[in-house]
Amino acid sequence: MRGGLWQLGQTITRRLGQSDKKTIARRCYASEADLKKTVLYDFHVANGGKMVPFAGWSMPIQYKDSIMESTINCRENGSLFDVSHMCGLSLKGKDCVAFLEKLVVADVAGLAPGTGSLTVFTNEKGGAIDDSVITKVTDDHIYLVVNAGCRDKDLAHIEEHMKAFKAKGGDVGWHIYDERSLLALQGPLAGPTLQHLTKEDLSKMYFGEFSIIDINGAKCFLTRTGYTGEDGFEISVPSENAVDLAKAIIEKSEGKIRLTGLGARDSLRLEAGLCLYGNDMEQHITPVEAGLTWAIGKRRRAEGGFLGAEVILKQIADGPAIRRVGLFSTGPPARSHSEIQNENGENIGEVTSGGFSPCLKKNIGMGYVKSGLHKAGTKLKIVIRGKTYEGSVTKMPFVPTKYYKPT
Amino acid sequence: MALRIWASSTANALRLSSATRPHFSPLSRCFSSVLDGLKYANSHEWVKHEGSVATIGITDHAQDHLGEVVFVDLPDTGGSVAKATGFGAVESVKATSDINSPISGEIVEVNTKLSDTPGLINSSPYEDGWMIKVKPSNPSELESLMGAKEYTKFCEEEDAAH
Repeated sequence: MRGGLWQLGQTITRRLGQSDKKTIARRCYASEADLKKTVLYDFHVANGGKMVPFAGWSMPIQYKDSIMESTINCRENGSLFDVSHMCGLSLKGKDCVAFLEKLVVADVAGLAPGTGSLTVFTNEKGGAIDDSVITKVTDDHIYLVVNAGCRDKDLAHIEEHMKAFKAKGGDVGWHIYDERSLLALQGPLAGPTLQHLTKEDLSKMYFGEFSIIDINGAKCFLTRTGYTGEDGFEISVPSENAVDLAKAIIEKSEGKIRLTGLGARDSLRLEAGLCLYGNDMEQHITPVEAGLTWAIGKRRRAEGGFLGAEVILKQIADGPAIRRVGLFSTGPPARSHSEIQNENGENIGEVTSGGFSPCLKKNIGMGYVKSGLHKAGTKLKIVIRGKTYEGSVTKMPFVPTKYYKPT
Repeated sequence: MALRIWASSTANALRLSSATRPHFSPLSRCFSSVLDGLKYANSHEWVKHEGSVATIGITDHAQDHLGEVVFVDLPDTGGSVAKATGFGAVESVKATSDINSPISGEIVEVNTKLSDTPGLINSSPYEDGWMIKVKPSNPSELESLMGAKEYTKFCEEEDAAH
């Protein structure tokens, strides 16, 4: 079936190509020889990683544990993910904050040094170019990580605006960390395990905070953040130290922290109600529609000054026409592009992500519905393979988040 | 099975293409069981022909690749199936896969236990996890299917190719 799946996938790709040329263009480049490998590639394979093409990289979708087991273990013990395909970069210069504020909705100036936030890069229409976790390291240094699949367009977008900004005399430059790797360590054992590998007191580092510290003998950029809803860290480590660090983390956890692939990462982020760019957020979706109005700083709402601000500020004032919601449903798990109907069978939106929740043991999903039908408890129907199934709008996260915050 | 692996939350959501091909390291390669006496389709369903009825399910190899099955979409008794066309779908945590019928005929029974316990497909793919029983309309179709040895070889070749 492995090969069969692939061959059959090819058939599908060809078929899809007739109706969706863009999709096929995206799908075709993933020929094996062209795929990039992270420095952990051999480590993944040696540990049973099942490698698949993802955003131009060969990445583990799972290891020997099933996706169900991996998802549950992350919440009970911990997970280690190789996320080196994501693109880390720094913006430096005395005007880097002013520059970044033109491109994102966050109140970057208002961030205390050493803290960060989730934000959204917007286009002129207020749509999302990408979501990103940004950190103000110092007033003249911003560190950020953007999605692998958006790397090229994000960097082109930043570069274009940086040229214009510099032409007007602004002081900003960048560095893209291709010499570093990125590990995500998530789950209740993340803190205690990582503490074995550094002298810094991690109990004083809270969710969203950033620090440049020595971990396992290497200078790392440590951010207390993640994509699972659990407490945890993202560790930018010099690539030559990445395999040693991964081994040390697994060893110090006595094997309880397990290598975890993209499959469980998707289940975990869905359970945590977090958007996946490309599914739950796209070029034509604004942060307001996506339910990320909280990420638009108060000062930014008053002043604007970012791309698409007119559209976004108007949506904040008037309310958006559609909204991202969480869904429970019966029947088969709703997958992306399943139609959402109201109780009378009229189209009210579309599912953007969905699956079976390993922790809740039921179907969860997210999607966009017309405003007014977005309130928790609203009954709806989801169409899957021509049949309709009962569902309802529900609050997110589906599984409570456990971020490490000061009490 | 798996004529189409589409809209998988991991595959599609994570922008893995439909052309996703998991390549397994030799370490993780597991050898699934293939039973003598059954006939196999290259889309990884099995058929057991006894008297006037043929039972159909997906192979151990198939369930192993799909992972935990969480939902099974089955047709109604009395309907008909055609060789190499879809009659249902299996949803795992990983993906949605259509299931093809290896032969044509009339559906005389469906395994209703699968609606409450879809995991039977994982735990017992050749016994309790059967999917439908069919009265074959063209028994000669069975001859075009693979035997156990041929199917084992087919799986090995597929694995080696990717």
